[in-house]
Amino acid sequence: MSAAPTGLNEVLGRTFPFPKRHFLSVLDLNEVEVAGLLDLADGFVSLNRQTSKKLDLLKGRTLMNLFFENSTRTQSSFELAGKRLGADVVNMSPRSSSISKGETLIDTAVTLNAMQPDLLVVRHASSGAASLLSQKVTCSVINAGDGQHEHPTQALLDALSMRRAFGYLAGLKVAICGDVLHSRVARSNVGMLQMLGAHVRLVGPPTLMPAQADRWGVEVFHHMREGIAGCDVVMMLRLQLERMDGVMAPSQREYFRYYGLDREKLARAAPHVRVMHPGPMNRGVEIDSDVADDLSVSLIQDQVEMGVAARMAVLAALAARLEEA
Amino acid sequence: MPARPLAFVNTRLVDPASGYDGPGAVLVADGVVAEVAKGSGLGALSPDVEVVDAAGAALLPGLVDIRVKTGEPGAEPKETLKSAGLAAARGGVTSIVVQPDTHPVADDPAVVDFILRRARGIQLVHVYAAGAATKGTEGERMAEIGLMREAGCVYVTDADRPIANSKVFQRVLSYAKAFGVPVAHRPADPWLSKGAAATTGEFAARLGLPGVPAIAEKIMLERDLALAEATGASLIVDQITTAAALESFRRARDKGLPVVATTSINHLSFNEIDIGDYRTFCKLDPPLRHEDDRQAVIEAVAAGLIPIVVSAHAPAPAEDKRLPYDEAVPGAVGLETLLPALLAFHHEGRIALVDLIRAVTTAPAELLGLPAGRIVQGGPADLVLCDLDAPIVIDADKLVSKSKNSPFDGRRLQGKVLRTLVEGRTVYAV
Repeated sequence: MSAAPTGLNEVLGRTFPFPKRHFLSVLDLNEVEVAGLLDLADGFVSLNRQTSKKLDLLKGRTLMNLFFENSTRTQSSFELAGKRLGADVVNMSPRSSSISKGETLIDTAVTLNAMQPDLLVVRHASSGAASLLSQKVTCSVINAGDGQHEHPTQALLDALSMRRAFGYLAGLKVAICGDVLHSRVARSNVGMLQMLGAHVRLVGPPTLMPAQADRWGVEVFHHMREGIAGCDVVMMLRLQLERMDGVMAPSQREYFRYYGLDREKLARAAPHVRVMHPGPMNRGVEIDSDVADDLSVSLIQDQVEMGVAARMAVLAALAARLEEA
Repeated sequence: MPARPLAFVNTRLVDPASGYDGPGAVLVADGVVAEVAKGSGLGALSPDVEVVDAAGAALLPGLVDIRVKTGEPGAEPKETLKSAGLAAARGGVTSIVVQPDTHPVADDPAVVDFILRRARGIQLVHVYAAGAATKGTEGERMAEIGLMREAGCVYVTDADRPIANSKVFQRVLSYAKAFGVPVAHRPADPWLSKGAAATTGEFAARLGLPGVPAIAEKIMLERDLALAEATGASLIVDQITTAAALESFRRARDKGLPVVATTSINHLSFNEIDIGDYRTFCKLDPPLRHEDDRQAVIEAVAAGLIPIVVSAHAPAPAEDKRLPYDEAVPGAVGLETLLPALLAFHHEGRIALVDLIRAVTTAPAELLGLPAGRIVQGGPADLVLCDLDAPIVIDADKLVSKSKNSPFDGRRLQGKVLRTLVEGRTVYAV
């Protein structure tokens, strides 16, 4: 590290001690905290684009990635975020290691907690798992996806991507399309976008829509052309292929015909529409490659970049709280 | 042990069988109720009588709980017949019917006999056994209903597992009828229920929990009622918890079908919101319902449409509960909290005391023909002395049950059991 990255001091000035110990759900956040995190993340985006990316905000801190479900993308995003902030990062995949043999989630947590990590990033297939863990450990827990419940850092990075693309969030019309029922990304995004004043629509077949979703303060559509009409953002969700073979939808080709995003359907949206997807994409199933790869429309690559910055912001804010404690 | 005769004086005597709720006194001798005085005092007492001045506390028939699980045989670390007996005694429950889903399953006379013999050796509360309706509670082949009846089983049921195959269930009903054995069945559509951890709705959707729609109960109940009508069998609907199912049940009762329904104290006391931040102690089977359903079920108990309330005592150790919500085992212990939780409806002025007590004494005893549930001269002296107004705070760690999975943990209730008698023996006293 030769010269300090330009703009560093400005970014450092934006860090703030996060008022909570854990980062589990967007419902735990308020508008001020989210705005603070977005400003901070914005700063990290510019720093990440410089040659010297390494900071020492988390120097001496240990970040542990605990992924009970595989996810190359989210795990490396957190790993990179931790390393760029100067933390020591350890990746644990209990599924492939011996610590999970017959051990309950809480046993695993207690074992890892004894290794004195400062930040524990958790992904688990069960809703509420991150919250359960947070009750049993002394470090900060970050929810990197719990079952069908929440994925709050994804919502943060999505908000960041949208804010950078449009310059504002309040009043944006956002359609979240596809398998809303099983999607933690959708739940976190609904909560966060509503807090920030966006108008949210949920679009998908009735079999993939949560019960009483209309009571979330969103508009629910079962036909995509109507659902995305006039929208500023179309956010596509991943649909697991095994759910499509006559289970939740009759077939891949029928699903694509009615709920896949192609040019023809996209033409119904606002002229300046931007398309998002949390990845990994099923090309030709929920989204046409032609749309996904058009950089004038697609924010999908930006989302990945914003992911690292948004996670750096969360880690930095949680660590600032640790400093104060 | 030839105990001294015992006189409870100055009590609020509640005897649902006769509809009496008023001042009274009871003399207990040789394990039976020797004298009941309603309104007036007892006659002259001989000097060897031990006199208990109840100071206005209520004297009730011992409670009869027809849906209790223990871990014996097969899962004794969860609960034994003895620990369940101690919990029952502490809760004022003097008769329990244990469920057949043990290891091995009580689907033949030998296991039923084993349970009953073990219980007799313990000498706490009366233990009755329910036998399995089908072998292994697998819902495919009928269990030995006649032989189990001879061994002492009081009804048959596959406990938590609905019998999906209508032909099998039809046969169970008609066969059991011939032997005079009531059949209890859990109304739950197994396909809609599969993998569910909560009731479908706004709340479960927000928590991201897989749900079962409330109508799964009605769907199966409609089938069960149709089969009960066709066979004329005596059906016990094992826990109605939704308003939709109540509609169906009311229609069947209006037609005069010989069907009886129960509900659990948990579904009277909690709704889905109590799950809160994934509290697994509130994970039950059937799952907790919407508040509208809870209110409908309370009304049904008040109106006598649901005549029986059960604890649905289902012990689960911490290692089965301290898990992510959808992996945790469902069920809650309830023997020690049944009475005070039920009394909440008396204190709210929602249901008359004598009607509430009937639902856990006379009604279940009469359904199964048990010699219990009433305070009558010459009847067994199964009695509970209870201070109805005493405030208590439920502390799960202090339950005597081996498992502590109580959703009532931390709840403030009124009603403290002071003394429990089984056939004149004091099995619990503060």
